[in-house]
Amino acid sequence: MSATEDVPATPVLVQEAARPALPAWQLGAILALGAAVALVPMFALESFQLFQLTMAVIMALAVLGLNVVTGYNGQISLGHGAFYAVGAYCTAVLMSHGDWSFWATLPVSAAVCAGLGFLVGFPALRLGGLYLALTTFSLAVAVPQILKHKAIEDWTGGVQGLFLVKPDPPSWLPLNADQWMYLVALIVSAALFFLAWNLIRSRIGRALMAIRDNPTAAEAMGMDIASLKTRAFAVSAMITGVAGSLGAVAIEFVAPDSFTFAVSISLFVGMVVGGVASILGSIFGGLFVLFVPNLAEEISKAAPGVIYGAILIGFLFVLPDGFAGLLRRLAARWRR
Amino acid sequence: MPTMTTRRSLLAGAAGVLAAPNIAPAQEAPGVTANEVRIGSTNALSGPVSSYSVISRALSGMFKRLNDEGGVNGRKVNFLVYDDGYAPPKTLEQTRRLVEQDRVAFLFNQLGTPTNSAIHRYVNQRKVPHLFLATGADKWSNPKEYPWTMGWQPSYRTEAQIYAKHFTAEKPNARVALLYQNDDFGKDYVNGLRDVLGPRFDSAVRAVSHEATDPTIDSQIVSLAATGAEVLVCGITPRFAAQAIRRVHDIGWKPMFFMTNVSISGSVVMQPAGAEKGIGVITSDYRKDQGDPAWADDPGMNEWREFMRKYVPDGELGDNNYTYAYGAGTTMIHVLRQCGNDLSRENVMRQASNISALEAPTLLPGIKVGTSPTNFSPIRQMQLQRWDGRSWQRFGSIIEGAQV
Repeated sequence: MSATEDVPATPVLVQEAARPALPAWQLGAILALGAAVALVPMFALESFQLFQLTMAVIMALAVLGLNVVTGYNGQISLGHGAFYAVGAYCTAVLMSHGDWSFWATLPVSAAVCAGLGFLVGFPALRLGGLYLALTTFSLAVAVPQILKHKAIEDWTGGVQGLFLVKPDPPSWLPLNADQWMYLVALIVSAALFFLAWNLIRSRIGRALMAIRDNPTAAEAMGMDIASLKTRAFAVSAMITGVAGSLGAVAIEFVAPDSFTFAVSISLFVGMVVGGVASILGSIFGGLFVLFVPNLAEEISKAAPGVIYGAILIGFLFVLPDGFAGLLRRLAARWRR
Repeated sequence: MPTMTTRRSLLAGAAGVLAAPNIAPAQEAPGVTANEVRIGSTNALSGPVSSYSVISRALSGMFKRLNDEGGVNGRKVNFLVYDDGYAPPKTLEQTRRLVEQDRVAFLFNQLGTPTNSAIHRYVNQRKVPHLFLATGADKWSNPKEYPWTMGWQPSYRTEAQIYAKHFTAEKPNARVALLYQNDDFGKDYVNGLRDVLGPRFDSAVRAVSHEATDPTIDSQIVSLAATGAEVLVCGITPRFAAQAIRRVHDIGWKPMFFMTNVSISGSVVMQPAGAEKGIGVITSDYRKDQGDPAWADDPGMNEWREFMRKYVPDGELGDNNYTYAYGAGTTMIHVLRQCGNDLSRENVMRQASNISALEAPTLLPGIKVGTSPTNFSPIRQMQLQRWDGRSWQRFGSIIEGAQV
């Protein structure tokens, strides 16, 4: 969190030196507060709203994945919907054909998506900026059609898709299926958010940002750009893929039509609105892409798309650096 | 929650004591009050297939007219339509909002096959009637496994059965060529022919499929023509339909040629194929067509035109989604009336599966909407029509799909 808020303002070394200033009890209090805020809806909301919030958490995780590669590493991807789809299908195929438990499918889905992301990272080495955006976009367009292909139809269910069942809450927990699903999404997401936060604050995180900001200088400092870029893609795809796995069980159904390129665009919108290169912003991005289209529909049933577009433009106008930018500015004012 | 259960069981108990079964369920049923019944739907109000959203507009207009006339049994219909953008996850979200938050009595005419698939199990688990869906897939007619879901229009499978009935009557021992798109839409045509031909299917039919992503289907047509089949049935989408009609004509093959009614638009299929080249192609319909001069003074179509003028004044009359919606809406209102004062979910489903021979103003004369507890395919009949180079000409009598 502090990395995202402080790095632009203060040199890294100073910040590293300043970090111990935040006492452990404060950090603990912030974490406890965060956990409480995340857990309250589980008991305060009705099933349907909890389901929506579950989907928002899942979208936030997917946006986080995109943020790692695009926000922190500067490689534009318009194709993260493809990784989301592959993650979802890994879980769906293993659960419905292999009768695997949901938890067991997570590592497989993470590994498959990481591998796929690693491979996509290679062309990305030679293609920069807009060309990379187009290449990844084509991935997002291709994946739904590939999922329908005859050769793998027996596994993917073709256009009909696959049905699966939500994991049951353990019998010793007095929770219903929706509450448990929310908790599962929350636990998995919290773990990955923590890992991403750690990664970004580490030596590798700083290298990723250095490559984004000035690749020549980064290379001169001895960073292996090719290896870092492909690995950033792998980590990013893995996070988004795990979000796809969660999405599949929350919806209990996957079909090629669930993963059109609109998913990739949603993730991109979520990243920009939440704040590029911001961990906390990803959470807001997830909430935005899930709830704002509904808000737009409340305003006008005839042209919800137009209203959504207008809200989006208004948002970018008022908060050009996303929700995270607003937080950063507020924090800066408070400190002064 | 506990208090609610108590109150509900108290109410039920009181009802039992008073022996007034007609009143109690009406008060208890979700989405139903003394002067309102809430009905939910989803449609693609945005996104690539939003041209279908006219169906929801027409249905909203029909319920508005119904309310203007006093509603059903003193209850006004509150018809809620949410946008799912044709994305299955969004359909589930919006459907859950309708059922759990808005507490609708039941769901009606949700659009699309993948979208309805995403909620198929949910609505059946929660026992919410999921009625008269706007999709032609065959899977909605499965009362044993999914007793709360019901389609409306003739399924693609019924359509294929109707073609098979016609050609077996005309040419009993014909060899048949079948070209279909390799997805659930195309496969319904394989199933439909198999339903009618039975054991003869394997020897009589040569079936070839193509992918939606193929650039052309020329090679499939050539290989089918080489079998010398006298009948050709095509379950393919419009772009390929135009190619098929042109190719069959150009290679001089003259089979009895059936084309799915998904792909019969004059401007999208017949003109690009070459209007002359399509002469003799046969398809089917169950609706009256606004462009057909036979219906210029038809009372049913006049009722519909009057409705359109008053409630959907800017609607394009040539868009047959409006005649479709009028038929589906008529069926729904018929079921509401048939329910009487008991709008509980159980009774709505019971009445929806007991429609006897209903005629709708925008459906062809002789086509009857009918259901039973074992038949969840409300429309099983169609009439054939043949392309004469300018328009589709209906011929022969109404044909009913096979009983399977």
